[in-house]
Amino acid sequence: MAAAPALGGESGRRSGMESTVPASPVIAPGHTFATVTDKISAIVLTRKTPLGWWAGFAIVFSLAGLLLLSLSYLVLKGIGIWGNNIPVGWAFDITNLVWWIGIGHAGTLISAILLLLRQTWRTSINRFAEAMTLFAVACAGIFPLFHTGRPWLAYWLFPYPNTMGVWPQFRSPLMWDVFAISTYATVSFVFWFIGLIPDLATLRDRSQSRAARIIYGVLAMGWRGSAQHWHRYETAYLLLAGLATPLVVSVHTVISFDFSIGIVPGWHTTIFPPYFVAGAIYSGFAMVLSLAIPIRAVYGLEDFITMHHLQNMAKVMLVTGLIVAYGYGTEAFIAWYSADKFEMFVAVNRSTGPYWWTYWLLILCNVLAPQVLWLKRARTSVMLLFVLSLIVNVGMWLERFVIIVTSLHRDFLPSSWGMFSPTFWDWSTFIGTIGLFLTLLFLFLRFLPMISIFEMRAILPGAKVDEDLETA
Amino acid sequence: MAQHTASASLYGLLAEFDDPGSLVAAAHQAYEHGYRTMDAYSPFPIEELHEALGASHTRLPLVVLIGGLVGGLGGYALQYWAAAVTYPLNIGGKPLNSWPAFIPITFECTILVAALSAVLGMLALNGLPQPFHPVFNVPRFALASRNRFFLCIESCDPQFHLEDTRRFLETLNPLEVTTVAAD
Repeated sequence: MAAAPALGGESGRRSGMESTVPASPVIAPGHTFATVTDKISAIVLTRKTPLGWWAGFAIVFSLAGLLLLSLSYLVLKGIGIWGNNIPVGWAFDITNLVWWIGIGHAGTLISAILLLLRQTWRTSINRFAEAMTLFAVACAGIFPLFHTGRPWLAYWLFPYPNTMGVWPQFRSPLMWDVFAISTYATVSFVFWFIGLIPDLATLRDRSQSRAARIIYGVLAMGWRGSAQHWHRYETAYLLLAGLATPLVVSVHTVISFDFSIGIVPGWHTTIFPPYFVAGAIYSGFAMVLSLAIPIRAVYGLEDFITMHHLQNMAKVMLVTGLIVAYGYGTEAFIAWYSADKFEMFVAVNRSTGPYWWTYWLLILCNVLAPQVLWLKRARTSVMLLFVLSLIVNVGMWLERFVIIVTSLHRDFLPSSWGMFSPTFWDWSTFIGTIGLFLTLLFLFLRFLPMISIFEMRAILPGAKVDEDLETA
Repeated sequence: MAQHTASASLYGLLAEFDDPGSLVAAAHQAYEHGYRTMDAYSPFPIEELHEALGASHTRLPLVVLIGGLVGGLGGYALQYWAAAVTYPLNIGGKPLNSWPAFIPITFECTILVAALSAVLGMLALNGLPQPFHPVFNVPRFALASRNRFFLCIESCDPQFHLEDTRRFLETLNPLEVTTVAAD
């Protein structure tokens, strides 16, 4: 299998994962430029929208309606409708923010870091993983925005000359967050859109209806596949990947600073940045698996999203899961080694205090359950991978809940201790964002190519230019 | 004069190929034959093609570098000006120019402006968006985004001659050679 000449800029042979796993190719044999193009574009252009799509869309769209309802009520009543109150000022909202942002990270990892590492298997999953990133970041952004209490004044967070003469406090990690998340959302969007342009041109050229031709034509901006254009395009894409790679690491690092810069016991630790980044990738790959497995079954894409992909993602999950487990161990060790009685108290309180069951459930989901992935039989069982990916998603949500709530509910002074319990609106807002996320994903699957068509063409064996022809 | 009007309504000659190797070989031969004003079209990037056409390397990396520098310096300057000049506040006894705290936003601004420069720079250098281009006049050109490969020798090339160039293109074993109207 040739390395993607499209992106890496090198078309020679290489000894990557393909050569070690010859049994499960990146694309099933027998495909040509035409069949790859037709199969992927037909999902958008000609195939009848599956009944399952309509059924699924009806469900997730009503959940998105629940989000609209919850947020409208929140704006009318104020954030008192949520269960967070002093001392637990952050609860579901920030848990959900961190969870969603973390899920987004796998999309950037697949599209940028695996591109730089010349992993051609990323090609069939990068498009929808990037879309997943965008939608996850959109869901994440809702929580801090509405947690401000007056979201219509959220522009105060940005530095702009104003009649009040005040400026944001740039020494605060919460300001770093504003910049990190808004930059991440912007760069993820342009990266995704740039990747779409050649495929939008394909849809423009292949659509039968005039309306579709006009819409895809406008979005494709007149792309015609000129050699000069491709050259600049590849340069831009590679540079964007190079920029997105440190960006994705910085975003979850900055998110972890929201905690670790503070002096709250259980938060004030240097393990947080790497442990958060690993956790983000862990949950993100779990989410990619949770989405890829039903999508490939419903749309019959087993040729393109092969067992090779599922196995690789399972391995990434196993590795990042182990890093996360190491993070839990380090937290406990440092709590003891610091000889700080507040830190020691938090460590013990997490596993034996009022929220003990969330901690042990988290260990079960994030540390114990994924160990089955050591077995090849587990990595090749689609059903098991799907269930496991859901378990890890739950586990990673619990991790953020444990970090935030168990640290805050037992502060330095016992007189300021308290408890948090979620209200109906906490749950409805959270479930509502899942609805919004899936609604956007359903629309994406229906109206845009979920697999990058031009990159799939470029990794076909026929895309290689023979040496003898070159010298002709 | 007559020749002038003929080339005014003619954009060039378009040869269609079946596979990337033939297109690269054709581009090589056209270049050796002395043609310079030409372009090749393919459904995916072919690295060799750009070199075969004798095109120069893009200046896009320079654009991105400048964008990154502007973003980084601008991001730091913004924070310095806000925190130390126009709105100085004593926060935990930190110096007004508390540079370590300014690093994350400086970094994010660097990435943001560099990434936008890469995208907008690529589009601008490519002359996109461009709603109309003469090659779209050829109906079969719709396959350039599916599975066909095209070489277009443009009529403004000094060596271009409708008959001679067509005969030359026929020697490259194309599937078809078509004239491209300019408008």
